[in-house]
Amino acid sequence: MKRPMHKSIEELQVIARRVRREIVEMIGAAKSGHPGGSLSAVEILVELYFNRMNIDPKNPKLPDRDRFILSKGHAAPVLYAVMAEAGYEQTPLDKLDTLRKMGSVYQGHPDMRYIPALEASTGSLGEGLSLALGMGFAARMDGRKSRTYVMMGDGEIQEGQVWEAAMAGAFHKLDNVVAIVDYNGIQLDGFVKDIMDVAPLADKWRAFGWHTIELDGHDLHAIDAAFTEAEATKGKPTCLVAHTVKGKGVSFMENNPKFHGTAPSADEVKLAMQELQ
Amino acid sequence: MPARTKFEIKLGAATREAFGRALVELGRENKDVVVCDADLSKSTMTAYFAKEFPERFISLGIAEANMCAVGAGLALAGKIPFVSSFSAFAMNKGFEQLRCCVAYPHVNLKVVGTHSGISIGEDGPSQMSIEEIGLACSLAGFVVMAPADEVSTKALVKAAAAHMGPVFIRTGRPKAPIVYSADHKFEIGKAVQVADGKDVTIIASGLLVAQALLAADTLEGEGISARVIDLHTAKPLDREAIAKAASETHAIVVAEEHLVDTGLGVRVAQVVAESRPCPMEFVGIQDTYAETGQPDELMEKYGLMARDIVAAVRKAVARKS
Repeated sequence: MKRPMHKSIEELQVIARRVRREIVEMIGAAKSGHPGGSLSAVEILVELYFNRMNIDPKNPKLPDRDRFILSKGHAAPVLYAVMAEAGYEQTPLDKLDTLRKMGSVYQGHPDMRYIPALEASTGSLGEGLSLALGMGFAARMDGRKSRTYVMMGDGEIQEGQVWEAAMAGAFHKLDNVVAIVDYNGIQLDGFVKDIMDVAPLADKWRAFGWHTIELDGHDLHAIDAAFTEAEATKGKPTCLVAHTVKGKGVSFMENNPKFHGTAPSADEVKLAMQELQ
Repeated sequence: MPARTKFEIKLGAATREAFGRALVELGRENKDVVVCDADLSKSTMTAYFAKEFPERFISLGIAEANMCAVGAGLALAGKIPFVSSFSAFAMNKGFEQLRCCVAYPHVNLKVVGTHSGISIGEDGPSQMSIEEIGLACSLAGFVVMAPADEVSTKALVKAAAAHMGPVFIRTGRPKAPIVYSADHKFEIGKAVQVADGKDVTIIASGLLVAQALLAADTLEGEGISARVIDLHTAKPLDREAIAKAASETHAIVVAEEHLVDTGLGVRVAQVVAESRPCPMEFVGIQDTYAETGQPDELMEKYGLMARDIVAAVRKAVARKS
């Protein structure tokens, strides 16, 4: 099961571009949603689902699988597009445009009732790291090699529960858990540094006992290297502080707080599609 | 109806103690049973499990929100986790996590709150949980139970482990009067009629079941025949037993160690309203917080004794048309 879909960097880049197009199109069709934080997370999710995790999309519940939790559940479109590209039966590519419509499996935030292949239902911020720890404890008790990856937003880590979990993960030496902070610098009300600054972010995770790696969250080489380093790190969990660009890949969305939670208009979708050729 | 033997208070183990012992048995029976605690294991009695199964016991420190979600993660990975703390902390501090990580995705987590109600005594209101039945019942899909004694607690903790889905169990600090014989069988959602009667039904949970039985004896001397039902499961409700009580005895008193605003009483009243409306009275905590004191002093001051049930029954019976 190890890395069933191992891909070259070039192939991953092609997939990432398709995923970006799908994100913009699906949010455009839904007329609501969160494009900025979906686009900032693309490379990391593409690397996880196509190059990193022990998963079999045709058998999504294998006990030894690696697991991914999108704790920043509002970035659901990136997860849906990546899972659809990866070939999960429960996430059909041709239904991505039903995002946020009644009856769609593509609920506003990830919902296991609609997509059982998801590892968790998320949306209320601050909870995913704790869930990941639970999965990490279970894998360790069972002697499974399964690893759990959890992505949080930089705004999300303002939640106190994240730091309860950070303390517990390091204390219990859960080296099968990898946290990723999508450090795109923007939250709903504006720039993170203006709302409630989380800097110095890497220092905080180090102080909490996590092996911490800072990287460019859009550089597939760097992401690959960081996950490999995380796997080799024993006795403590790893946190990737991924410096990213909110709205990455669409010029008018990049670093623009407006596109945290606003859908692009039909004209904006067209423009974005031209840029994402 | 034959005369009943009078109920006598004979103290058994605290329900939290019974919970701790049941966990150990569960641990022996099923290697997937895992226990999490938030620095209260010596009080919640999960310490017994921790001692026998240290590799399956997770100490999470004083961080109940994290504990509830870690428990959800364990369950999502196939474990049968029990998370435990004082009810006041597990339910109030873990509520949001119990809603989003457990109830909404219907995760197989068991939450056991100890030190419920005001009968914890001296520690006072910050540690007293008087609202968790209401909170737990507002978590869709949860089973919610408040057993009366050590026998029912042990049986229902085991039933909770066998049940697929989220469960909350309320247990208490003080030794609890024994209501049941050791071999009594219990079923989630199935009320137990512990005394029969025709003039009124007292529906109780937790420590109030024994008080209800004492009340029934007093009432018998006044010529009022009281049925007593232990409604150990607040959700799902045994609608049949409630409707039957309403239609056969035409008056109902609900008694619980909980705020009357959101407890068992209002839930029973809903079923009564939907089936066979009849006069009802409610014994419980009335829109207030208690204080420091000995358990018995507090139960008396806040109106949770047999005599309070007797008074409520008289009112309910007098209202029968």
